Amino acid sequence: MEQLKETPLVGRHRALGALMAPFGGWEMPIQYEGILAEHRACREKSALFDICHMGEFRYKGDLVAGGLEDVFTFSVASIPVGRSRYGFLLNEQGGIVDDLIVFRIAEDEAMIVVNAATAPNDFSVIESRLPGSARFEDISAATGKLDLQGPMSRDVLLSLLGHEVAAIPYFRFIETDVLGKPAIVSRTGYTGELGYEIFLPAGKVDELWSTLLTYPSVKPAGLGARDLLRLEVGYSLYGNDLDETITPLEAGLDAFVNLDKQFVGRDALLAQKHAGLSRAKVAFKVGSRRSPRHYYEIWTGDARVGTVTSGAFSPMLGCGVGIGLVDPASARPGTALSIRHGNVAMDAVACTLPFFAGGSLRS
Amino acid sequence: MPDTLFTKEHEWVKLEGNVASVGITDFAAHQLGDITFVELPPVGKAVKQFEVLCGIESVKTASDIYAPLSGKVIAVNAALNDTPEVVNESPEAEAWMARLEIASDPAETARLMTRDQYLEYLKGL
Repeated sequence: MEQLKETPLVGRHRALGALMAPFGGWEMPIQYEGILAEHRACREKSALFDICHMGEFRYKGDLVAGGLEDVFTFSVASIPVGRSRYGFLLNEQGGIVDDLIVFRIAEDEAMIVVNAATAPNDFSVIESRLPGSARFEDISAATGKLDLQGPMSRDVLLSLLGHEVAAIPYFRFIETDVLGKPAIVSRTGYTGELGYEIFLPAGKVDELWSTLLTYPSVKPAGLGARDLLRLEVGYSLYGNDLDETITPLEAGLDAFVNLDKQFVGRDALLAQKHAGLSRAKVAFKVGSRRSPRHYYEIWTGDARVGTVTSGAFSPMLGCGVGIGLVDPASARPGTALSIRHGNVAMDAVACTLPFFAGGSLRS
Repeated sequence: MPDTLFTKEHEWVKLEGNVASVGITDFAAHQLGDITFVELPPVGKAVKQFEVLCGIESVKTASDIYAPLSGKVIAVNAALNDTPEVVNESPEAEAWMARLEIASDPAETARLMTRDQYLEYLKGL
């Protein structure tokens, strides 16, 4: 088996007694105190996540002439400097190679933030689609990333970094000094709460982690809580809900695809749109505390109609919630579903997303 | 004979006459993580030793709970329906899951472990 990669904080996690597990080729903290306690910390105060495993690429050059404009499902050149945008890298069949965020750093510069497990492949796919006039480099190893998320995250960063932070709107970022080093503070996240993603030199991650944990309102949180938080607000997880065999249209993420521009996979998506979808994303709530899980079967009446891609017990709703891929007719909100696995069957009802809408995301 | 015995699947069973209370061990609760759902068995259900008695779910996983002894379910701890977290807080006392009426078969109890044997067994895991 390939050696697991470690973030600069692996010693900190072990010292905190974290349960560690492999994730995307990395040895990552799943939980410290407990998933539910960490979930609650994020919804009520603030939670700090080590996200150094994610990949970052830097593109420097003319966005259109250098080819980046045609790589993703959205226009990079139309993102104003200081803002970021979410979307996809697709294969020729329209399948999702990765979901990612592009940060427009300057007129001729962009940072691309991708998932950990997919980062090496993403880099070669993107590179192969650039004619070569621009500079394109993998800066993952040199770049650390900490996410501070939760209703009190702004107060913490105001105290640490000053008033500049208060003015960052959702999906915008600033370049500023953090602990004396140049960093990017972005108002983005994966929890449905007010929150920030901080990109800084990997050598400063340990100091920032320790500094943030001195604030009484900040608790460390692992990937277990992160998964629960993202599912409650309906965000997709690559590897569960998205992969190379699933298109953004099937995944219900059309909003992040601009069919009026060029990108690899566009023809396949146009054909799929024309022919009609054979499967669609469904969100559902279970009528009990039972938790649906990845790969559980979805039935309506006597017919198997699809598969759960993500599921969990939602602490905010007090019931099981999940998303999956089903026959489009079964995806309509209000449809009665049965979630089955072995001798377990749970009644569920298709619903709209998000499951939990009470977060501080836009406050 | 000690009144609390243990299984390799990390259930405990406490014997009081012909009534056996069943739950999961502190070790099991810790391994499962935050418990979110306990599927209590129906009262009246008859089970054989080591058959599935009921189910339990945590944030991380779903597991079966096996009957440490053969018997018939005569009571369940309905408080766990609304507060399954009691399994994490007090796995070996408050969070009993079911009470079985048993036939007190010595061959069955011989297949279970004492606390000391169970603690020794955990060391080997």
